[in-house]
Amino acid sequence: MSASFAQQIIDGMAALTLLISFALLAQHRMLSVLHWFAAQGLLLAATAAVVAYSSGEHELYISAIMTFLLKGLLLPWMLWRVIRKLHVHREVEPLMNSGLTVIIAITVTLFAFHIIQPIEVTSDLMTRNSMAIATACVLLSMLMMITRKKAITQVIGFLAVENSLFFAAIGATNGMPLVVEIGIAFDVLIAALIFGLFFFQIRNTFDSMEIDTLNASLIHKDEDE
Amino acid sequence: MSSVFFQCFQALLMVLLAPLVAGFLSTVKARLQNRHGAGIMQPWRDIRKLFAKEVVLAEHASWIFRFTPYVVFTATVMAASVAPALLLHTPLSLTADVIALVALLALARFFLALAGMDIGTAFGGMGSSREMTFSALAEPAMLMSVLVLAIGAHSTNITTMVTHTLTTPLLIQPSIAFALAAMLMITIAETGRIPIDNPTTHLELTMIHEAMLLEYSGRHLALMEWASMVKLLLFATLIIDLFMPWGISSEASLIGVALALVIWLFKLMGLLIILAVFETSLAKLRLFEVPQYLGTAFVLSFLGLMIHYMLEVGV
Repeated sequence: MSASFAQQIIDGMAALTLLISFALLAQHRMLSVLHWFAAQGLLLAATAAVVAYSSGEHELYISAIMTFLLKGLLLPWMLWRVIRKLHVHREVEPLMNSGLTVIIAITVTLFAFHIIQPIEVTSDLMTRNSMAIATACVLLSMLMMITRKKAITQVIGFLAVENSLFFAAIGATNGMPLVVEIGIAFDVLIAALIFGLFFFQIRNTFDSMEIDTLNASLIHKDEDE
Repeated sequence: MSSVFFQCFQALLMVLLAPLVAGFLSTVKARLQNRHGAGIMQPWRDIRKLFAKEVVLAEHASWIFRFTPYVVFTATVMAASVAPALLLHTPLSLTADVIALVALLALARFFLALAGMDIGTAFGGMGSSREMTFSALAEPAMLMSVLVLAIGAHSTNITTMVTHTLTTPLLIQPSIAFALAAMLMITIAETGRIPIDNPTTHLELTMIHEAMLLEYSGRHLALMEWASMVKLLLFATLIIDLFMPWGISSEASLIGVALALVIWLFKLMGLLIILAVFETSLAKLRLFEVPQYLGTAFVLSFLGLMIHYMLEVGV
């Protein structure tokens, strides 16, 4: 595989990652959000594998396999189980209508592209082009965290931020040292486990998964004290 | 001299082939649904029958109503005849500008919507209102997706864009894939195919295009139907020109054009079969979901544009 061909494939995958970030924002159903999240993990693993193959960094293969197992299979499965047990697998409730969200998303993407452009020139890695897209994906995932009412979609947004950061790491530096990556992977796993436990606790305490309700009951409690 | 001949041949071919294309599409659809179908020639037979019939005009029909079929047909045929299908450089290829084509189609649509409201029936007005709402969303998306290619070629002229695609080496360009996906979605919406509008429906509440034609009869109806078939062929040709032009003849020789014709027909059939599979496998969208569908197409083409800047032009 020649370098330019690999670069084209990586660029294509970067474009798909951006598309998936938009798709995550535009979904109406909890389960389809989860499907797109899983697709993002699988795409990330594939990107890591392609970068590993073309740059000859064998450590990246390990992180590709880890990404595939953890972000492509395990995390979506855990979230799916939580969603099924909590019976929240219906509509995602955004704060704004989806048209407005998508317009904001486009603005955010433009902003990311604009600020990354000068940085891009200084890099000579073959994956440098994907930096801007990774930044845009981070911002888009944050937007997803802001604009959703339910705690579960916010957590998916958080995990998507982590995915995008991983993508940025592959793009900017051909991957982080393996030790760091394994550490982050376990952090994410533990975070997801704890989030899962939290969901059940939140439901037991407040009878709802909506952030507004949680805020309301907390404020109410303060007044009581 | 010979290029003038080929230009006329190409224009005639577009107009005469359009009913066959519609017939082919409905035959493929019928076969996919385990029906026998009426055959490829059926739209031609329909048009001939309608031309032989008497025109019945509503009492309140104004000149706009009588005028519209000719305007719609002429504008659509003009747009179809300048789009390069077989030969790259024709005497009219300078006018084959995408923005001009969109404007011609918009002229046709404007008169169609006026005619829908002219008689004053409820359905005509409803159809016009829907058509205008959706076209206001579809047109920017279509222009945006064409712009992705136009920026690469530094021109909105179709011939220049085709030449640019033919001369640049073959690369994986995600922006073009995005633009193609958007363009396919727009084509389905603009030609009134299934997830958006059902061309065979006569159920009042779901129709868009048909609702405006309800009051037409005889040769007027024939021209309207024919124009919408030409429009389908025009969109297919545009997609072939912009996204897969390989095989188009660059010189006005008989062999070159004949070869281009064969390749073009194959690409056309491929596209129509894909369209038929789409139409058979999808259910019609709820009317209120159409803006979202068109919005998705717009976002796709806009992403294509941004990715083009970021990944392909940047460095």
